[in-house]
Amino acid sequence: MPIKHPNLHLERMNGAISAWHGKIASADLHPICQNVRDGGGRLVALWGGDDREHGEGYSLHVVLVNESGLVCLSAALPAEQPSYPDISQIFPAANRMQRAAYDLLGIYAHEGHDHRKWLRHAAWHSGSFPLRKDFDAAQIRTDDADNYPFVRDEGQGVHEIPVGPVHAGIIEPGHFRFSAVGEKVLRLEERLGYTHKGIEKRFESMSLQQGAKLAGRVSGDSTVAYAWSYAMAAESIAGITPPDHALWLRALLLERERVANHLGDLGYLGSDVALSFGFAQFWILKEQLLRNNAALFGHRYLMDSIIPGGIAADLTVEGKHVIEQECAMLEQQVRILRGIYEEHAGVQDRFIGAGRVEPKLAAQLGMCGLAGRASAQSWDARVQFPCAPYDKLDVQMATYRNGDVAARVIVRFDELFESLRLQREILTNLVGGDDLARPLDQLPAYGFGIGMVEGWRGEVLVAMHTGAAGNLARVHPHDPSWQNWPVLEHAVMGNIVPDFPLINKSFNLSYSGQDL
Amino acid sequence: MYQILKQIIKTGIKTEAYPLADETMRLATQRLQQEILDVFGGALAIRHVDAGSCNGCELEIHAVNNAYYNIEGLGIKFVASPRHADLLLVTGPVSRHMEIALKRTYDATPEPKLVVAIGDCACDGGIFSPEGGGESYASCGRVANVIPVDVVVKGCPPTPTAILQGILTAISAKK
Repeated sequence: MPIKHPNLHLERMNGAISAWHGKIASADLHPICQNVRDGGGRLVALWGGDDREHGEGYSLHVVLVNESGLVCLSAALPAEQPSYPDISQIFPAANRMQRAAYDLLGIYAHEGHDHRKWLRHAAWHSGSFPLRKDFDAAQIRTDDADNYPFVRDEGQGVHEIPVGPVHAGIIEPGHFRFSAVGEKVLRLEERLGYTHKGIEKRFESMSLQQGAKLAGRVSGDSTVAYAWSYAMAAESIAGITPPDHALWLRALLLERERVANHLGDLGYLGSDVALSFGFAQFWILKEQLLRNNAALFGHRYLMDSIIPGGIAADLTVEGKHVIEQECAMLEQQVRILRGIYEEHAGVQDRFIGAGRVEPKLAAQLGMCGLAGRASAQSWDARVQFPCAPYDKLDVQMATYRNGDVAARVIVRFDELFESLRLQREILTNLVGGDDLARPLDQLPAYGFGIGMVEGWRGEVLVAMHTGAAGNLARVHPHDPSWQNWPVLEHAVMGNIVPDFPLINKSFNLSYSGQDL
Repeated sequence: MYQILKQIIKTGIKTEAYPLADETMRLATQRLQQEILDVFGGALAIRHVDAGSCNGCELEIHAVNNAYYNIEGLGIKFVASPRHADLLLVTGPVSRHMEIALKRTYDATPEPKLVVAIGDCACDGGIFSPEGGGESYASCGRVANVIPVDVVVKGCPPTPTAILQGILTAISAKK
């Protein structure tokens, strides 16, 4: 049992990830969160639901994590003026999640200090909430200007630099407001939500199978992680376990996604410090991996390979051989390139000390994933809560204490080599067989399940609630970027403005995954 | 330095043959004169705008810049401002929150200009848009609902070759 509280009765949830669920009164939310925080735990996700159709009000769901596993708390909220106590004083990462829950569903965190809108700009009215079941999608949209109240820094010599939403590079849209003195960044404030395209609302009109495709497109660079989490959530509701062969293949795909993204980032981190050689070299390697993906699994980024119940693509004996050769080639080439990066004085001069996040601050802000591990936050779901087949793989977690760009580069290199080792080990365990998936077309009514896997960026969680007909009543995908975007604001303080692209790239957070 | 040069020489040249233009990708009738297209063909500047994509198409636009597809070898390069651009490469269903930014980017691009919509979402709203309509409370649907589009490149995401082909179609005269 992960936590104890007199008013909390936890039940072990079905499914691959070790998770417990408990219903609480919203008044108990505060002490329970404090208890988890005091024990070194952190906040993973927060979302709400509209349960008025079956005679209740709204609900708030909070997922916390400590060393024993995930704790999912559900609190019923009244239909009139639904509110709950603010937890952002305990978990700073809750701030934006709470504001998003208000924008989309109208559930309010009382006693909070920051009630500015977050995901809503000007596309719908304040006071109308898209995730409410009675939301009128055909409503006339507002044309009001966004008028977001940025926090202003005043004083002699302070100037503001607004950047975005359309950025200079080939990246996703978002707005950054820098306050700078000369070249030095005094403060950065992020404004996200530009790519909000109503993903959570779309799930509600989809079948389980259609939803799997949508889950794979919440953040295109993490399609395997989302599709697996989604499938895991559905399987936990249905109470089924996919065939072993399918689970091994899922892990193979997840590690291939990690390697592909790390290769891409390492290339861009080189070109961001003017070593375009790095981009050219790493992207040749990435392209070779993507081509192998297309040849072996039918898609360069492995989209739609994972389906609820199992997996859609199998691997042939020749395919195994191709991956073995690829792993050997990557191992050799990346070692050479790592040596060049490490020996290059100009590169190291830019990497070391840039965008530093001290471990203490990282813990305070609840940082997670790859960037968290570079600041000594040793969380990796593959290690701590290994779902099959990771329980047989003995994953070595890569951590570093320095918390700067150099540390995030080192963690990427270490994880890349570990992923190559894991792929080889998975291949030796792949026994083959025709059994790729258990049939899973329909889910039971009023089920609740969660799935979580460690994607390349960090923990990707999908929560799923089914309705009276076993339909998708509510699906909430959660990206680790929710936790790490606010940390980026701290990471750039005191750095020079021209280092921002480098620091930003070293985090490489998702806009689409956060904007939903 | 020795290691870098050694690696470059060992890597060799990876660039492959460029694809040909494909008329089926053309959405609007050719608006620009041959003379202008000839000038664009020599040195085209592209501004990419993500109008709400999942980041999948961006991965392939990055890949177009890698050594295999080597878009810069054709005299085509990505620029940091729409004011420097001849062509806009737009991805995603256009989210309502990006509608104004996309229109302003289009307006800031000097005439004559071209627009290529990249990916299923940019072509018809894709998976994020309700069946049929293409619009939702959060999405304006396809790019052509917001700004004029010359060429569409389907795919989820389209391959780098298809993206390259779409760009080359936009700057080639209709036969």
